Amino acid sequence: MTFLVTAAAAEPGAAPAYAWLLIGLPLLGAAILLLGGRKTDSFGPLLATGLSWASFVLALPLLFAMLGRAPEDRAVEHVLYSWIRAGSFQLDAGILIDPLSMSFVLLITFVGSLIHVYSLGYMKDDPGHVRHEGHTLSAWEESRQPSERRRFFAYLNLFIAAMLLLVLANSYPLLFVGWEGVGLASYLLIGFWNHNPAYATAANKAFIVNRVGDMGVIAAIMAMFAAFGATDFAGVGAAAAEADTGVLVLIGLLLLLGATGKSAQFPLQSWLGDAMAGPTPVSALIHAATMVTAGVYLIVRSAPIFNNAPTAQTAVAVIGAVTLLYGAVVGMAKDDIKKALAASTMSQIGYMMLAAGLGPAGYAYAIFHLLTHGFFKAGMFLGAGSVMHGMKDEVNMRRFGGLSTFMKITWITFGLGWLAILGVPPFSGFWSKDAIIETAFIGEGIRPWLLGGAALVGAGITAFYMSRLFFMTFHGKRRWSERDYHPHESPPTMTVPMMVLAAGSALLGLILAWPFAETKPIVAWLEPVVGYGGSEAEPVLAIPVIIALTLIFVAIGAFVAYRMYIQEDVPTTAPVGSWGTQAARADLYQEEVNRTLFEQPGVALVHGLEHTDRSGVDGTVGGLATWIGDLSSRLRRIQNGFARSYALTMLTGVVLFLGAVWVMQ
Amino acid sequence: MSLVNYIYLSAILFSIGGAVVLLRRNAIIVFMGVELMLNAANLAFITFARMHGQLDGQVIALFVMVVASAEVVVGLAIIMAIFRSRRSASIDNANLLKA
Repeated sequence: MTFLVTAAAAEPGAAPAYAWLLIGLPLLGAAILLLGGRKTDSFGPLLATGLSWASFVLALPLLFAMLGRAPEDRAVEHVLYSWIRAGSFQLDAGILIDPLSMSFVLLITFVGSLIHVYSLGYMKDDPGHVRHEGHTLSAWEESRQPSERRRFFAYLNLFIAAMLLLVLANSYPLLFVGWEGVGLASYLLIGFWNHNPAYATAANKAFIVNRVGDMGVIAAIMAMFAAFGATDFAGVGAAAAEADTGVLVLIGLLLLLGATGKSAQFPLQSWLGDAMAGPTPVSALIHAATMVTAGVYLIVRSAPIFNNAPTAQTAVAVIGAVTLLYGAVVGMAKDDIKKALAASTMSQIGYMMLAAGLGPAGYAYAIFHLLTHGFFKAGMFLGAGSVMHGMKDEVNMRRFGGLSTFMKITWITFGLGWLAILGVPPFSGFWSKDAIIETAFIGEGIRPWLLGGAALVGAGITAFYMSRLFFMTFHGKRRWSERDYHPHESPPTMTVPMMVLAAGSALLGLILAWPFAETKPIVAWLEPVVGYGGSEAEPVLAIPVIIALTLIFVAIGAFVAYRMYIQEDVPTTAPVGSWGTQAARADLYQEEVNRTLFEQPGVALVHGLEHTDRSGVDGTVGGLATWIGDLSSRLRRIQNGFARSYALTMLTGVVLFLGAVWVMQ
Repeated sequence: MSLVNYIYLSAILFSIGGAVVLLRRNAIIVFMGVELMLNAANLAFITFARMHGQLDGQVIALFVMVVASAEVVVGLAIIMAIFRSRRSASIDNANLLKA
């Protein structure tokens, strides 16, 4: 808890008042592009890109100011305004800048801005409007169509703003605002080409699955409010120190539910594969580098809760281990290059979750892997986009092959990302993934063997499927004909961001885990926020043994892929494959499980309720109405329209009445 | 002559009036039946007033006459209106209000 206490103690060091511009500038960009209409068509994309870079530039003085302070004074808070005031409860909306949020700000703004630049090239050829089948628009109609590019950049800026709000918030409710904001931006961008019904469905799916996780976050915030009476990070951190373990476990599990939704972790991972319906820069930015890692951020940010709730912490680690294997297995069978990368993302975030579930020893490595992954995975997604750009939007890897000679830059940048994700030293993935595997082997009993073993096997499978992807795309025989495809290198707006990200993939790990320093720089950097990162306990295996084992697994995986996909020819139509391949191709029957466990009972429940409503509630009300209706139509016959018969009725009535009176007397 | 005979006369007149209302179709005749019933009632009122030596019955009779004259005006106007629109004074033809 010391770290949050220090965060509170650092209160006097308020963040500069302009810090909110980090969020404000991209938000302004989104507003201008969305509200400005066609006037902004010409300069809108450039403006959005500029504002995204401005946000990055603005973060730099904050970073330098932070580096200039002593490690324990680095967390600064800037209160924007008093947000919620109800009785004794008071919540300020504020910006918390500490090494953790700063790491994210730099990742988001830097990678985000690069992807803005990339999108300038990638979206250039996107039709400026929705083309309806068999309907050619006249020139006038075409000029009236809303610009799709402007909309795209507006959403990208909206995403940057929401993501920055998520990581800069100083309380869970404000974090949740950003959390929902990125969900919205993700939804809008997955369904960007929503004239294709399948893509629109994919967007809905992502949104709905995320809702399940969001419920977890909301419930967690409510539980915090009920248990601690506070929902800001400092207050929750202070209260968590002496809170009941049961409450903390509950809150931890609810937060984990939220994290599984946003980060596509088991069992809420099904949306990520379909989310590849969005344009490729979106997949790179939102569904690889930044948004999907928000779950990891949430767990690490909630360290005070998880540190005192070992059960919840173990649950995080187990979810991470399960997902890293799950994603890896699915990734082995996918032929769609983007879906294979999505499965890989799922698996890599599994590594981060595993690290985050290992407690203070793992938090820094979770963030470390998150940062390096943000670079190499974004780089590879952009590479995939570049390949698609040159191959007429083909995504089936069985139709690629031998592209290395046609797209030299894409090949090299992708290759660096590939080496990084494999964990080949000295590329960045080696440093971050290896640290996680080592930490997973710390512990007592069977736990380190299971978690560490999963991480180790996962590394081997990762090597296999990423090599498969790389070889199928860039090496081997050409499985496309010159007649149909004219592969070509992408324009510089696309290749330059790829080169920058490739440089990050190659070097970032080495820099952040500088092996000659006493403590790894990333650990020292994050220590004031997440606690001591260096492990006192030794892993159950010696560290050199772990490294050697990892490299052996990786080498085996890569070698098998080499034998299968370079030495042997790849069939252009997917072979039926074993039951394992079929299961992996079908996402391990996730859809079927969801359908059987949730959709069908849900539909049955709705049908049951509808039937109860119709026959029970409506039956009672309707029956009463029918009965009264019958009665009235019978009574109606009395009204025959003959005045004399009415008179007779009256007379009879009067006579009967008088007779009755007379009898009574 | 006993005062009771007036009551008998009143009852007979009322029955005649009632029979006219129930049996005749012509609206004017039916109306006459109604008037006959009203006046039979008036006769009964006055007779009872006489029998009991009180003025209440006579007062009511006056009221009835006033109301009856007003009713005649309205009733005849309605009959006229119906006759104009339907070319018939038969009350069985004026049966639009049947269900």
